[in-house]
Amino acid sequence: MKKRNKIAALTILALSLPIALTGCGSSQGGDNGQVIVYNWGEYIDPDTIEMFEEETGIKVVYDEFETNEIMYPKVESGAASYDVVCPSDYMISKMIANDMLAPLNFDNIPNARKNIGAQYFEQSQSFDPDNLYSIPYCWGTVGILYNKTMVEEPITSWAQLWDEKYADNILMQDSVRDAFMVAEKMNGFSMNTLDSAELETAKNSLIEQKPLVQAYVIDQVRDKMIGGEAAIGVIYSGEAIYTQRENPDLEYVVPEEGTNVWIDSWVILKDAPNKENAEKFIDFMCRDDIALMNFEYITYSTPNDAARALIEDESIKNSNIAFPDLSQYQNLETYVYLGEDGDSLYNALWKEVKSN
Amino acid sequence: MTSKNKWLSTPYVLWSVMFIIIPLCMIFYYGLTDKTGSFTLENITAIATAEHAKALWLSLLLSLVSTVICFLLAYPLAMILSNMKVNQHSFIILIFILPMWMNFLLRTLAWQTLLEKSGVINSVLNFLHLPNINIINTPYAIILGMVYNFLPFMVLPLYNVLSKIDENVLNASRDLGANSIHTFFRIILPLSIPGIISGITMVFVPALTTFVISTLLGGSKILLIGNVIEQEFTQASNWHLGSGLSIVLMIFIILNMIASAVFDKEGEGSML
Repeated sequence: MKKRNKIAALTILALSLPIALTGCGSSQGGDNGQVIVYNWGEYIDPDTIEMFEEETGIKVVYDEFETNEIMYPKVESGAASYDVVCPSDYMISKMIANDMLAPLNFDNIPNARKNIGAQYFEQSQSFDPDNLYSIPYCWGTVGILYNKTMVEEPITSWAQLWDEKYADNILMQDSVRDAFMVAEKMNGFSMNTLDSAELETAKNSLIEQKPLVQAYVIDQVRDKMIGGEAAIGVIYSGEAIYTQRENPDLEYVVPEEGTNVWIDSWVILKDAPNKENAEKFIDFMCRDDIALMNFEYITYSTPNDAARALIEDESIKNSNIAFPDLSQYQNLETYVYLGEDGDSLYNALWKEVKSN
Repeated sequence: MTSKNKWLSTPYVLWSVMFIIIPLCMIFYYGLTDKTGSFTLENITAIATAEHAKALWLSLLLSLVSTVICFLLAYPLAMILSNMKVNQHSFIILIFILPMWMNFLLRTLAWQTLLEKSGVINSVLNFLHLPNINIINTPYAIILGMVYNFLPFMVLPLYNVLSKIDENVLNASRDLGANSIHTFFRIILPLSIPGIISGITMVFVPALTTFVISTLLGGSKILLIGNVIEQEFTQASNWHLGSGLSIVLMIFIILNMIASAVFDKEGEGSML
């Protein structure tokens, strides 16, 4: 659930295109072959990839996606043969349901069980019932980021995203599940509901909210909030620490109605051409020092307890944003795969909201 | 073309088959089938649903407005350019083409930064104690983005036809007693119709199909038909519906092309 600055990405894309084209078809991997990784945009410290290549002699071919929904058809069509992918919870259950994932051999990934907290594996059982396919990489909540200088009272509830006081000062997430989650939780429903009356209510809430929304954004919420462009924005907890560093007026809150707890996990595809290298890559990412480097770079909560123990800054180590004690919140849920019909129902309703 | 030179066209034939004909066939295959692979017209008739029809209507409206604005801006400019001396006008044309060397996405993102509530333009206006411009995330910003991005495509074909009009024709018109207004409406305008048509096509078609401009400058709040199609592919993974709606969009583009062909029989209105 993660993406960084689109402008930066585009700039790099524009600059690197000629290089990428000339670089095509050069090497077929390092001394020990290659591993093809498909991860969220800017969701890793690039140094860790270099370290992995140096230590193992395995060349990493690294590719990035922006949303689970963009990733899925690319992987499904098999047009590009990836080894390791890092999807979110509900997408993992969809991939399990469609028999796209390989069961993991934990003997070859010793760091996973050693370093990653047991509670995260337990949490994963909501989408990977026997912990066969996935190893948690990052996790977090979805909440509200607000600018203390631009609101009149502390923000505590999703319902405040419907407050006319903040018209044209609200940023919503431009993705189906996250947008509906907000409306569903505000109305006291489950974020995985398929009840048509509840969905109708949620849809109408979103339509009612639309005139107050400044924009539906994905990654830009970060830059807009830092720049003081809006007062309130829906954001992933992992972005909160970064934005607060850039603009101390910002505050992150998990709304009282409850929210989504998500996990992004490493999985190996069933048709992966380099399974052994994929296991080595995941194992490397689970190493405490590597997980720490990644945490410090991307600021998304790491499930790697050993890495957390290494964090020197006590305020980060015990931060309620980076490592919240989830028992303090009510009505937390994780997305589950809604099935093909459920997906298209949500998409149709979202289209109605957007075209209204 | 003599027969022994025909092989020269092989690369272009291969190119068009691989990157135009085959993809087009795939769009028709997807557009006319459902998930089980059986024939259906549902993806085409889906354009009639309220959301899709509204998105299409809005796209037509916004691209029409943009085309008209582009035309009104470009025609006088093209006339001025065609009356200039060679070294002057090539400089002005260079200035018009220069931004096109930069990526179109980056230029549109730059407009986002310029137009934001606390963006560059409003900061300057604040400094001068002038009222702010709040058009970001509205259809006006989308029109601005379209006009900005597609204006050169209107200027160049217009300039091209206008500079080709023989000076003697205009002199003859004046000799025969026509004033400049008469000359313009009876001589210059009719002679420049191929350029006008070409310019309109070059602006209207990309404006009709755009989804980037509406996402970036409309804050994803305004759904154009391009956005609907894009989201069917990227978010809903419903390639069938996406392709079906693309076919509908193609019909509008073909209508536009037919209009061009009728008016521009001699093919004079091509770009530079």
